[in-house]
Amino acid sequence: MKKSGAQILVDCLREQGVDTIFGYPGGAVLPIYDALYDADIRHILTRHEQGAAHAADGYARASGRPGVCLATSGPGATNLVTGIANAYMDSVPLVAFTGQVVTSQLGKDSFQEADITGITLPITKHNYLVKDVRDLARVIKEAFYIATTGRPGPVLVDIPKDVSSTQTEYEDPGPVNLPGYRPVLEPSAEQLNRAAEAIARAERPVIYAGGGVVYSGAHRELRRFAELILAPVATTLMGLGGFPGDHPLALGMLGMHGSKYANFAVCECDLLIAVGVRFDDRVTGKLESFASQARIMHIDIDPAEIGKNVRVDIPLVGDVKRVLSALIERLEAKLPGAWQEKIQTWKKEYPITYEENGHLKPQHVIREIYRVTKGQARITTEVGQHQMWAAHYYTYTRPRTFISSGGLGTMGFGLPAAIGVQVACPGEIVFDIAGDGSIQMNIQELATAVNYDLPVKVAILDNGYLGMVRQWQELFYNRRYSYSELVNPDFVKLAEAYGAVGMRVEKPADVRPALEQALATSKPVLMDFVIEREENVLPFVPPGESLDRMLG
Amino acid sequence: MRHTLAVLVENNPGVLARVAGLFSRRGYNIDSLAVGRTDNPAISRMTIVVEGDDRVLEQVTKQLHKLIDVIKISDITADEYVDRELVLIKVNAGPEKRGEIMQIADIFRARIVDLGRRTMILECTGNEGKIRAFEESLKPYGIKELVRTGKIAMLRGSRYTSINTNGSREDE
Repeated sequence: MKKSGAQILVDCLREQGVDTIFGYPGGAVLPIYDALYDADIRHILTRHEQGAAHAADGYARASGRPGVCLATSGPGATNLVTGIANAYMDSVPLVAFTGQVVTSQLGKDSFQEADITGITLPITKHNYLVKDVRDLARVIKEAFYIATTGRPGPVLVDIPKDVSSTQTEYEDPGPVNLPGYRPVLEPSAEQLNRAAEAIARAERPVIYAGGGVVYSGAHRELRRFAELILAPVATTLMGLGGFPGDHPLALGMLGMHGSKYANFAVCECDLLIAVGVRFDDRVTGKLESFASQARIMHIDIDPAEIGKNVRVDIPLVGDVKRVLSALIERLEAKLPGAWQEKIQTWKKEYPITYEENGHLKPQHVIREIYRVTKGQARITTEVGQHQMWAAHYYTYTRPRTFISSGGLGTMGFGLPAAIGVQVACPGEIVFDIAGDGSIQMNIQELATAVNYDLPVKVAILDNGYLGMVRQWQELFYNRRYSYSELVNPDFVKLAEAYGAVGMRVEKPADVRPALEQALATSKPVLMDFVIEREENVLPFVPPGESLDRMLG
Repeated sequence: MRHTLAVLVENNPGVLARVAGLFSRRGYNIDSLAVGRTDNPAISRMTIVVEGDDRVLEQVTKQLHKLIDVIKISDITADEYVDRELVLIKVNAGPEKRGEIMQIADIFRARIVDLGRRTMILECTGNEGKIRAFEESLKPYGIKELVRTGKIAMLRGSRYTSINTNGSREDE
């Protein structure tokens, strides 16, 4: 039976179980949009292609299924770039489709032509330019396979307009055959035995868990593992929710904005068990003094992460869930001792806290969001101070409930991501915790939320500054606030102009009623919390310092 | 230390860009890179010479492995192997110098592949040291143009680097 490239694309998407795509039409994707018009796939029209990529990213992080976005050639494709880079840095399974000029016009600087496969080479797990419609079905199948297996990541498929409009005799491409791509899922028995032995011998173990735990679905195994060996668990920003934040063994986040007790524990441990992490510089601080008393064990599905940034004594390559399950079988339960006691003392001595002074504090707003939502919301964030407060003051007990741009640090991520999360989790409360700077990077997506009746709640912690920039300028640039102060629009009126509900809160006592009112409405709500202007994120390890040298 | 890697890749468009881009953005230095297809038209082989200590080499290898088109990587540095480069050198060669240059060519087992009124093109193959010595010996005559391929390499004896083996001896 003959089908057009566009029809093949739609059929392949269905076959992959895709129910939603986020996109923006344009000339080069008109055949695809025409095919989508009759398809039973939900298309969410964002207001900017970057929004589409972030929404697909949020959808993927919340659901565990690949996110799909679609953009036209040239500027449509380049507008996806930040979203793709964001997904790449955080290992998110994303499949991005772009239109391209017709093959005969390729390479001629044609109207709306951009070499998007060239541009995205360093920020995709793999990418394709499909020059022949007969390759399309195979490429789509491979794209989803690559994006979702092994260490997940974004894959881009660039489709020239003539490829999507040409009719061809459709043939099933058969099973995926990629001789160079064979992710290692099972750890070797030898490595496991070495690891189990090291764990048995350790007196002061610490687990450092990251996004790999969440992606692998290994949160239960991690909990059993930690409880078995009584190791306290510090998580990265990406790992929040991978271990219950209210568990006695939970240390919260470590690193530059980590808790004191997490950082002290890492500094003094004799075995650091890194699980699905990549030793980001925001976590390790000064490398020479990172876990300097410890042997380092590293569990990761990506062999290239082992030894990339720090020396690793015991590598364990494989899927985190399988590795932890196999380790648990080899271990005996430990009994509490001086180490566990020391950790509890640190936790009591150095709690994460802030000073109440009658003014509206950002930490208070987040604590109230936690209380009002009973800890059950899915939280997305933009990037900056509010992101760190959202990490500290909301307790995440389930995986995939904290969704934030970790590696790339993309301002403007939170609102479109919240839209993707709300699409993936229609019945749940979705909050974007935002800064007044970040929200303005993709605020146009409020129109998308209104358009599709997605009741996302946006809480702007509004201090009239690019807060994290200002904090660094205060600490390291002698308070010279060079271009970090913002003159903002009236966010309430702006929300109303978009058809959302706008609220402004200026007093601590008004926070809770406003949040309750926001949750009671089925519309998107944008809340402007006018917070104390010069509040800082603490504790704080200055860049390049070792983790035990914290400010605050 | 310089390492020689034999890398088998799928013969797809853009593979060279992927490999070269990986090296440049991660800050690894390619000394030499030669690429051509193998007896299997679907597979190309790259010979990459890269400078770095063991840690760098480990990362280079692991990062290369992450490329979907890369099928197999073998570091053959420590093994016995044959390696060759090809150089074409166009040298000033007036009638009075031709005899001398032909003698040099003879010593290096080079061939004269073109003869102009005032120039010659010589072709020479060999390992890097030989090529360097050949170039040095022609310098006094005035080199007008020089072009070298990268290094290609192959394991000696019955060992080989192909998809299903790891540089090990072929079973009977």
